[in-house]
Amino acid sequence: MTNEVKIKIKTTDLNAWFCDKQALFNINMDIYEKKVTAIIGPSGCGKSTFIRNLNRMHETVQGARAEGSVLLDGRDIFEKKFDAVTLRREVGMVFQKATPFPTMTVYDNVAAGIKLYGRIGKEKLDEIVEKSLKQSALWNEVKDVLHKPGTSLSGGQQQRLCIARALAVNPKILLLDEPCSALDPISTGKIEELIHELKEDYTIVIVTHNMQQAARVADYTAFFLLGALIEFDVTSKIFTNPSDKRTEDYVTGRFG
Amino acid sequence: MWGRIEMKKGDAWFKAVTFGFALSIPFLLLILILILLIQSWSSISHFGFGFIFGNVWDPLADKFSALPFIYGTLVSSLIALAIAVPLGMGCAIYLSEISHSKVKEYIAVMVELLAAIPSVVYGLWGIFVLGPWLTRVIPGMKYGSCLLTGGVILAIMILPTITAISREVFQAVPNSLRESALALGATRWETFRLAVFGPALSGIVGAIILGLGRALGETMAVTMVIGNRPEISASLFEPSYTLASVIANEFAEATSSLNLSALIELALILLVLTIIVNGIARLLVWKTTLKYNPN
Amino acid sequence: MENNTEIQSKLRKIKERFFLAAVVLCALIAVVPLFSVIGYVFIKGISAVNLDFFTKLPVPVGDIGGGMGNAIVGTFILSGIACLVGLPVGIFGGIWLAQFGKGKRGFFIRYSADVLSSIPTIVIGIFAYVLLVATLKHFSAVAGGFALGIIMIPTVTRTTEEMVKMVPRNLYEAGLALGIPEWKVTLHIVFRTAWNGIFTGVMLSVARIMGETAPLIFTAFNTPYWSLRVDQPMASMTVTIYNYAISPFAEWHAQAWAGSLTLVFIVLSITLLVRKFSKRVVYT
Repeated sequence: MTNEVKIKIKTTDLNAWFCDKQALFNINMDIYEKKVTAIIGPSGCGKSTFIRNLNRMHETVQGARAEGSVLLDGRDIFEKKFDAVTLRREVGMVFQKATPFPTMTVYDNVAAGIKLYGRIGKEKLDEIVEKSLKQSALWNEVKDVLHKPGTSLSGGQQQRLCIARALAVNPKILLLDEPCSALDPISTGKIEELIHELKEDYTIVIVTHNMQQAARVADYTAFFLLGALIEFDVTSKIFTNPSDKRTEDYVTGRFG
Repeated sequence: MWGRIEMKKGDAWFKAVTFGFALSIPFLLLILILILLIQSWSSISHFGFGFIFGNVWDPLADKFSALPFIYGTLVSSLIALAIAVPLGMGCAIYLSEISHSKVKEYIAVMVELLAAIPSVVYGLWGIFVLGPWLTRVIPGMKYGSCLLTGGVILAIMILPTITAISREVFQAVPNSLRESALALGATRWETFRLAVFGPALSGIVGAIILGLGRALGETMAVTMVIGNRPEISASLFEPSYTLASVIANEFAEATSSLNLSALIELALILLVLTIIVNGIARLLVWKTTLKYNPN
Repeated sequence: MENNTEIQSKLRKIKERFFLAAVVLCALIAVVPLFSVIGYVFIKGISAVNLDFFTKLPVPVGDIGGGMGNAIVGTFILSGIACLVGLPVGIFGGIWLAQFGKGKRGFFIRYSADVLSSIPTIVIGIFAYVLLVATLKHFSAVAGGFALGIIMIPTVTRTTEEMVKMVPRNLYEAGLALGIPEWKVTLHIVFRTAWNGIFTGVMLSVARIMGETAPLIFTAFNTPYWSLRVDQPMASMTVTIYNYAISPFAEWHAQAWAGSLTLVFIVLSITLLVRKFSKRVVYT
C-alpha cells in the first residue's frame, strides 16, 4: 500500500434497516480517493444497501433508515443539515439496469443533470455533453445519433450513457451498482476498461457479484456477508491470501 | 362415471351457453345503437344538420335543435376539467410520489369514496350548499344554479377518476427511473419532471379524457344545479342546459312524437361524443400501462 | 459564478417547497367535498330520520310525518331485478372471456363491454324505455331494473374475467386430471375459488346502481304508494330524493336530506365493507 492514498469516505458503525429488518451491521470501512473499491458477497448480503448509504439513496425507500456516520472528506453526510441533493451531485451513481430517461434524446439524457443546476449556455452544454460522452467511451458511437432517443441504443451503450449522465454533473465519486450484470461480455469488457480510465479522476466503488470482475478492476475489495463486513483489503490479498476463512470459502467458490 | 361422449357434450354445451351470454353484450350494444337511430330518425330527417347548429328549443312550436345543449355540455365539462385536472394530478402525485405515511392510505380511500356518493346526493348538496356558497364567495354571481356550479359539481365527481388513473399511470413508471434522477441530485420536483412526467404523459392525457367522458354523460347532479335554460350565454354565471339534463327533464313529458325523437337524437349525439372520447382515452391509458408492464 | 450557483440552489429549494406544498394542498382540498357532503347529509338528514321514515308512505305537502318506506323497498327490489338481468350475462360472459376469450372474438366482446360501460346511464334509460315502456305502454319496475342491470354488466363481466384468470392454472388441471369434465371443473372449482373476488365486484356494482337516478326517471318512474308489482311503476330512493330536492317545499327538502342520509349510509357501508373484505381475500 502506498502511503499517498487519502481516505475519501469513512464509515463508522454504519447500521441500516428496512422497516424492522436490519440490513447492515456496524460497518467500519474506508474508501480511498481515486482508487477502485469492489464490494463482493452473495446476494442479499447488503452490498447494494451499503453503497446506497454513501449517497443517501437508501433513505428514499419506504421504511428504510440508517444510523452511524459516513464521513465524506471529513463531513458527516448523515447530519441533518447536510443536503442530500448536494451530496448526490458529488457522489454519482449508476444502477444495475440501464435507465436512460425514455422520453429524452441521447443528448438530453446527458444534459439532464447539468440543466438542474441552472441556466447554462448552449456552447458550454455541448462541450460538457461531448466531454462526458468521450469519458464514457461512447462519443464515437453516438456522435451522429445525439438527437435520437436514449432508449434506441443497445444495452451496453445505454449503460455507458448512464455513466456519461452521471459524469456530466462532475461528481468526485462514482458508485456502480452491479453495472454489468445485465450486459454481454463485450459490453462488460468496455465498461471495465472505462473504469480503469476513470479512476485517474474519480473515486469508484463498484458492487459486483462477479469475483473475476472485482479481481480485474479493483484496487481494494470488501467482502460482505449477511450484512456484515467480513474483510476489507487490497484486492490481491483478498483473492490470494484472505485472512478470514469465510472469505476464502467465498472466493474459492465453496459457497454463494 | 362419465361417458366420454357425454363429457364432450357437457363441455360443448357449457361453452355454447357461456358464449351466448358473452355475445349478448355486443348484441345489446348493437340494439341500443339501432334503437337510438331508428327512434331519432324522424327528427334527423326533419331537421337535418340544422339540428346540430340550430339555437331554438321550443316544444310548443315543435322546433328543436341541439346547439345550446352541446354548448352547455361542453362548457360545463371543460370547467370541470379545469378544476379537476390540476387538483387530481396534485393528489395523484401526492399519493404516488410524495407520501409514505399512513395518512396517504386514508386520503386514497376518501378520494375513492367521493366516487361512491350517488349523483342525486351531489345534486341535493349542490342546490343547498355549493350553489349558495359560490354566490357568496364569487362577486357577480347571482344565481346558485348556473354553468359554473354545474362545472364545479362535475369537477368533484370526476376528481376520483382522474386521481385514480393518474396514480395508476405514475405507479407504472419504473422506480429505477426515479432513482436515476435522484442519484443525479434531482429534488423531488425535478425527479417528477425528469423521470415520471414524460413517460406517464400519454397515460395522464388518457386519464383526463376519461374524466371528460364521465363529465359529458353525468346527468342528475348537473341537472339539479345548472339552471336548465336552453340559451347560449358567454357568462359562466348564467343558467345553462346540458344534453343529459334536457333528456332527464323532458323525456317523460315529451309533448309530441317529434319532441321525443329530438330528445333521442340528443341522446345519440351524447352517445357518439362519449364513445369517441372514451375510445381515445382507453387507448392512451392502455398504451402507457402496457409499455412498462407488458403482461 | 459561485454566487450565481448559490442563488440557483436557493431557487431550486423554493421550487421544491412550493411543489411539496402544492401537492399536499391538492390532497387536502380533494377530501373537503367528501367531508362537506357527508357532514351536511348527516346534519340535515338526521332530524328527519325516524321509524316513520322507514315504514310510512310519503304524505302530501302540509301534512306532518310520512316517510319513504316504499322507496327504500323499491330500491332493493329494483336492484334485485337488475341482478337478475346483469349477473347471468356478466358472470357467464366473464367466464367465457377468461376461459375461451383469447382470440378475436374475445377482443370484440371485451371491447363491446368497454363501450357499454362508457355509455351515459341516461342513454341506457332511453334504451329501456323504448324496449319495455313504449311497447308495454306503461312505466314499470321491470324496465327500471333492466336498465340498471345493463349498467351492471360491464363491471361484473370484467371482475369475473379477472378473478377467474387469477385462479392458478394447476388447480384447473388438477381437476381435469381427476377425470372431471371441463365445465364442471370451471363451475365447481375455478368459479368457487374466484367467487370471493367476483362477489366484491358484484357488490360494488350493486352499490353503484342503487345510487343511479337517471335511468329510472322514465322507466320505473315513481309512485307515492306501496307497490310490489314489478309490472307497475315503482318508487326508488334516488328518484324520490330528486323529486323532493327540486320541489319548493321545506318539508320535502328535509325528506330529501333524510333519504340521502339513508342512501349514502347504505352505499358507503357496502363500499367500505367490501373493500375490507376484499383486502382479506388478497392476503389469504
